[in-house]
Amino acid sequence: MIRIDNLSKSFTLHNQGGAVIPVMGGASLTVAPGECVGLTGQSGAGKSTLMRMVYGNYLAAGGSLIVGDLDVASAAPREIIRLRRETLGYVSQFLRVVPRVPTLDVVAEPLLALGTAGEEARDRAAHLLHRLNIPERLWALSPTTFSGGEQQRVNIARGFAHAYPALLLDEPTASLDAANREIVLSLIEEAKARGAAILGIFHDESARARVCDRLVDVTGFTPKVAA
Amino acid sequence: MTLREKIVALDRPILKVEGLTKRYGPRIGCVDVSFELYPGEVLGIVGESGSGKSTLLSCLAGHQRPDLGRIAFDGRDVLAMSETERRLLSRTDWAYVHQNPRDGLRMGVSAGGNVGERLMAVGARHYGQIRGKAADWLGRVEIAADRIDDRPSAFSGGMQQRLQIARNLVTAPRLVFMDEPTGGLDVSVQARLLDLLRGLVRDLGLSVIIVTHDLAVVRLLAHRLMVMKSGRVVEQGLTDQVLDDPQHAYTQLLVSSVLQV
Amino acid sequence: MTISRETQAYNFAYLDEQTKRMIRRAILKGLAVPGYQVPFASREMPMPYGWGTGGVQVTAACLMPEDRLKVIDQGADDTTNAVSIRKFFARTAGVATTERTGEATVIQTRHRIPETPLTKGQILVYQVPIPEPLRFLEPRETETRKMHELEEYGLMHVKLYEDIARHGQIATSYAYPVKVEGRYVMDPSPIPKFDNPKLGQSPAIQLFGAGREQRIFALPPFTDVVSLDFDDYPFAATKAPHDCDLCGARQSYLDEVITDDRGGRMFVCSDTDFCAGRQAEGKVGRLGVGQAEGAK
Repeated sequence: MIRIDNLSKSFTLHNQGGAVIPVMGGASLTVAPGECVGLTGQSGAGKSTLMRMVYGNYLAAGGSLIVGDLDVASAAPREIIRLRRETLGYVSQFLRVVPRVPTLDVVAEPLLALGTAGEEARDRAAHLLHRLNIPERLWALSPTTFSGGEQQRVNIARGFAHAYPALLLDEPTASLDAANREIVLSLIEEAKARGAAILGIFHDESARARVCDRLVDVTGFTPKVAA
Repeated sequence: MTLREKIVALDRPILKVEGLTKRYGPRIGCVDVSFELYPGEVLGIVGESGSGKSTLLSCLAGHQRPDLGRIAFDGRDVLAMSETERRLLSRTDWAYVHQNPRDGLRMGVSAGGNVGERLMAVGARHYGQIRGKAADWLGRVEIAADRIDDRPSAFSGGMQQRLQIARNLVTAPRLVFMDEPTGGLDVSVQARLLDLLRGLVRDLGLSVIIVTHDLAVVRLLAHRLMVMKSGRVVEQGLTDQVLDDPQHAYTQLLVSSVLQV
Repeated sequence: MTISRETQAYNFAYLDEQTKRMIRRAILKGLAVPGYQVPFASREMPMPYGWGTGGVQVTAACLMPEDRLKVIDQGADDTTNAVSIRKFFARTAGVATTERTGEATVIQTRHRIPETPLTKGQILVYQVPIPEPLRFLEPRETETRKMHELEEYGLMHVKLYEDIARHGQIATSYAYPVKVEGRYVMDPSPIPKFDNPKLGQSPAIQLFGAGREQRIFALPPFTDVVSLDFDDYPFAATKAPHDCDLCGARQSYLDEVITDDRGGRMFVCSDTDFCAGRQAEGKVGRLGVGQAEGAK
C-alpha cells in the first residue's frame, strides 16, 4: 500500500546564506495492507520528516513514494488532495482546526468532505467521541480550548472517522492515560484488521510492541555527511 | 447530470489561465501567470502589498483587461467574450467578494433586497419567492431572520461581510473571487467567517480564488497556494506543503516572518 | 394671433434655428429608439431649472405657427408654471393657446397626462426633472448607461422589492418605472402611476425633455409600455377612492383640497379642463357648484 524507494530530502535555507541541509537519503520501506510499521530512531533522526513526506507535506528531493497507485513525490497538488481525502489519513501530534468550530463538526469533517450526509457523518463522529471518552457536553465546543489529552483524542477521532486504506500516526498514544491508550490501540488494531496499511511513530514501547508488525530504524536513512 | 458526467466534469479545470500579463505603463502588474483551477478547489494567492495579487484577481474577474494571456472558464475564452456575456457570467456563474463589504453591498437597500438583487437580475419576478430565498440565505450565513428588512449600515462588519457572501452565493455561482474577505474583521469574527466559507465551499462544491496576505487564512481555507512577488508567481503547491516546506527564498522569508501565537 | 411689434426681436418660438435643428434631431432619434435617453445640448432658458426648461425646449422645437398650445401643471391650466409657459410661447411664437385638451395640437405638461384621451396628431411634451430611473439605486452615470446598454434592469425591481418589504405593497405612486417596447426601462417623469396605462398604445406622440440633465426621450404613437411589477404584486393604477366633488367623475385622478382647519376637505379632478368640461355638461359632484363656491 505504501512503497518508499530511495527517497531523499534536503532543506535549502535561502535566508541563511543558501545553506543546503541534507536530512535524508536512500530511504526505502514498504507497508502492506493490514500491516503496521513503526518508525524508530532518535529524536531528530527524521521520523516525522519521513511521515510528512509521505503525506505530501514536505517535498521529496529524489526517489519515489507511492501510496496506493499515486507517486506522492511527483504528484500534482490536486492528486494529493484527493489522496488525502479518500485514501491517506494522518493523525498528527497537534490539532490544527478552525477556531470556534464545534468538536463534533471537527471530527465529522473528513466524512463531510467525502460527501457523506451530515447526519450520518455526525453519528459516526459521535460514536468515536463516545468511544474516546470525550464527554458529550464538550461536543458543541471548539477543541481549541481542550486539554492536551482531549485534543489528542479529538485528533484521533478525526483521523479514524473515515476508514482510510492507509494511515499515518504520529505518536497517537502520547499524553493519554492508560484507559484511553487502550482504546486508541484497539482502534489501530481494528484498522489493521480491516486491511489498513499503517505507518506510525510510537515512543511508548509497549504500544509499539503491541500494534507494530515490523520496525524500521530511520537512522539508516540519515545521509552521509559530505566530507 | 449523471454521476458519470459529474465525475468527468470534476476532472476538467473550471478555470484555465495561461501567461496572464498586465502592465501599468512601465510598471508591472503581474507577469506570465499560469494555473488551473478545478471544481471544488480553493486556491489561495498570497504575497505582500504590490506583489500583483490584486491585479491578477481583477484581471481574472474581468474588472481589468490583461495585456497578454488567456483565460478559459469552463472551456470558454473569457477575453473573447462580449461584455454582455461577461457581465452575465459575473451575475450568474461568478461571484466577487470584496474586502470592504461596502464595495460589494448596496448600503441603501435592505438585507433582503441585497440578497435578492442577483435573483432579480436573472429574471426572478415573484416577490414571495425572492424573499423566501433571501431569508433562506440569511439563515445560512447566520443572520437572524428578523434583520431581513434592515439596511446593511445597521450591521456589524462581520454581518456585512456575511451578507455580502449571501448576496453573492444566492445564484449558486461556480467560481468565487475573494479579495481579503476577512481583512477588516476582528479575529473572533474572522474564525466564524472562515468556518462558514469552508462549509459553503464543501457543500456547494464552489471553486474559489482567494487573495489574502494572511497565511493563517489560507492554511485553513485554501487547498492550494500561489505565492507572488513583484508580479510573478514564485512558488505554488499544496497549501500546507508551501507553508511548511517552502522552496523559494521569498516564501521562506514570508513564512518565517509570521508571528507565532 | 399675430406677432406684435415688441416680440419681433425674438426668433420664432424663442430658440434659434440651429438649436431647434439639434433638438429635433434628438427628438427624431428618441422616436426611433423608444425609451432611450438621447443626450442633447440643453440651452439656457429664461426660467430656472426645475421650471420646465427641458419641456420648453422640446415644445419650442415642435411648434409651428399654426399650432394650438395647451400647458398644464399637475393637470391645471391656471397655475403659475402653466400660465407663464403659455404666455412665453404666446409672446415668442405667437401661437394660439387653449385650455381644451381636445383642441390642442401641442400640450406641454408637468406631472400629468390629461384625462381626455389624446388623439392622432397631438404631441404631449413632458417636463422631466430626473430622466434616469436607475439613478437613486446606482448613482454612477457611467454604470447606469452600461446597464441600459446591456439591459441589466434587475436593480429596478430591487427598488420595487424594497417598497413591498417596507410598506407591504409597491408604494411608488409616481414616476413609476416602465419598460418600453420590451427594451428600455424609462422613468415617465413624475406623473402619478394612475396615468401609466395612458402611456402605452397612445395615438399621440409623447416627448420627454429634461433640461438640467440634458436628455430627451420619446414614445412614438402606439408604443408598447409596461409598468414593472412582480407576479404576486401586480401593477395597479391607483387613485384616491373618491369621486370628484365638483363634477362627480369617478375615474379621474383627484387632488385633495383642505377647505378649513377643522378637517374639512374635498376631492377634485386634478385635470381642470376635464372637470370644467363635465360641469359645463351639467354633471355635479357631492359639493355641487354652489356649495363648492360656498366652501371657499
